[in-house]
Amino acid sequence: MIVVQDITKIYRVGEFTVPALNGVSLTITRGESVAVMGPSGSGKSTFMNILGCLDQPSAGSYLLDGVDVGGFSKDELAAIRNRKMGFVFQGFNLLPRASAQENVELPMLYSGVPAGERRRRSREALTKLGLEGREHHLPNQLSGGQQQRVAIARALVNEAPLLFADEPTGNLDTKTSLEIMDLLTRLNREGGITLVVVTHELDIAAFCSRVIRFVDGVVVSDVRRETGV
Amino acid sequence: MAGILSTIRIAFRALWVNKMRSALTMLGIIIGVGAVITMLAVGQGASEKISEQVASMGSNLLIVMPGSMTSGGLRMGSGAQMTLTLEDAYAIERECPAVAAVAPMVNGVAQIVFGNQNWSTAVQGTTPGILAARDLALVSGRPFTDQDVRSATKVVLMGQTVVENLFGPHDPVGQIVRISKVPFTVIGVLSEKGQSIMGHDQDDLVYIPVTTAQKRIFGTHFAGSVRSILVKAAGAADMERAEAEITELLKQRHRIGPKGEQDFSIRNLTQLLQAAEQSTRVMSLLLGAIASVSLLVGGIGIMNIMLVSVTERTREIGIRMAVGARTWAIRMQFLVEALTLSLSGGVIGIALGVMSSEILSRLAGWTTIISPLSVVLAFSFSGFVGVFFGFYPAYKASLLNPIEALRYE
Repeated sequence: MIVVQDITKIYRVGEFTVPALNGVSLTITRGESVAVMGPSGSGKSTFMNILGCLDQPSAGSYLLDGVDVGGFSKDELAAIRNRKMGFVFQGFNLLPRASAQENVELPMLYSGVPAGERRRRSREALTKLGLEGREHHLPNQLSGGQQQRVAIARALVNEAPLLFADEPTGNLDTKTSLEIMDLLTRLNREGGITLVVVTHELDIAAFCSRVIRFVDGVVVSDVRRETGV
Repeated sequence: MAGILSTIRIAFRALWVNKMRSALTMLGIIIGVGAVITMLAVGQGASEKISEQVASMGSNLLIVMPGSMTSGGLRMGSGAQMTLTLEDAYAIERECPAVAAVAPMVNGVAQIVFGNQNWSTAVQGTTPGILAARDLALVSGRPFTDQDVRSATKVVLMGQTVVENLFGPHDPVGQIVRISKVPFTVIGVLSEKGQSIMGHDQDDLVYIPVTTAQKRIFGTHFAGSVRSILVKAAGAADMERAEAEITELLKQRHRIGPKGEQDFSIRNLTQLLQAAEQSTRVMSLLLGAIASVSLLVGGIGIMNIMLVSVTERTREIGIRMAVGARTWAIRMQFLVEALTLSLSGGVIGIALGVMSSEILSRLAGWTTIISPLSVVLAFSFSGFVGVFFGFYPAYKASLLNPIEALRYE
């Protein structure tokens, strides 16, 4: 469960200060699927980075499963990302010189999983996402949709309960986008994974049960509804 | 904790992708380590050569010289007075337990004639003890005996240079030569000793029985006196004891009271060895120091390339951090990469050093010795260079902010 209280984030650019988040308070419960929307510069990506422990707020508190991660060190945050979070990015962010399987093994490399089990679990995750037989392909030998599925496999392989997706369909065509969103929401419904998707497309947000809109660093609307799919 | 094996594999792959760059970076270390190995091999070879030369004089040698003489307030140099006798030499051999061999010397220069050839050489009158004292061996014939000394027979042992000049390739044993017009029978030929450290040809001499030298060739001012006595101590550790024993014995024999001036002096020839070894040690140290400068330059090359690599792979670092790589793991990755560069360079450099020492010894004729210690030293030094110069880039990589690193294009 995620509880943020009055979070602000201020970037300092030269002598100017640019507020990216301006007092955001939210609660995201386990198993929710949340779409974070808003125009560019609205602070939605900053918000997701803070939730994903990639960044820390300038002020305010962030309780993750009841633990205030505000004062955590870089390494403690890394450990949290490793155990509790999976990331899917717009640009896939796969290691270009590593095979699909090695990319999926990456999080386990940093959580001390023995080599044999890493191999087994990464193959299992790839098979689950329909990438059987592509374990040894390099990212540039895979299509965009396949690359994104490798990234999703990587996010799932450590059995993280939280999945953050930053514009996961931004580089994909419509058909593949729908497939990926379908996959993500199925993981949310069937796997009980909490899903947070940052997007600016309405039809992508429509896959989620809750839509939060950001404008100029504040939440302007927070709507819950039954999923349309 | 990322497995060290996977870390090493990642490092190898990263280096393999930039083959040319890695090879050039490694070249700095290769040359550095190669130079260190070669220079140490040359230094070691030189010092070994010097030890060999000093040993060819005979090891653990003491030389007893007659003392100076004060005549009307005028002090003459060492050896001015013929105070040592053949009997002193025999006494030392008999009574000093720390002494292994004794050879009294009566020497000078004389002309040797065989047929129509003649040659001027050092003639040394001595006893059979000379063979043991100077570690001499015979290539043919027999040594002279105590019997030869007692009866002052006219027999001669010849050094290689003398044999070459008088006999050419022929075996001189059994031939008659004339030394200062006195006929001698050649009974043996000495094995080759080569040059001394002073550049003196140690094969350009002949040995005859000391009594023959005294009576037939040089004559003596006082009956039975000798120029010097060569003494070989039982072992390197016995040098001082032998010196003390000889001093005690000769003082007794020469009737010198505790306060009297000694009429002889004892010189320790190993001091010469120590001085020579010291100078070569300084030389090899200097050579090694110069060579390590190139290793240092190679290390800077590694740092340079690693810094470029960190910048190029900012995004990769970001990805790794996002999936949970800790500071330590990122640091380790780049450190292992730097180490892989420097250690592979080290191994190739050792091979290169071994090869170039071999070439040096073949072409230039230098003695080169590659000690296992220098190999271990060079290898660990290259490892140290890798860690030292890899640390800053690795540290820099670990300080990156994950979001900025992920956004880096």
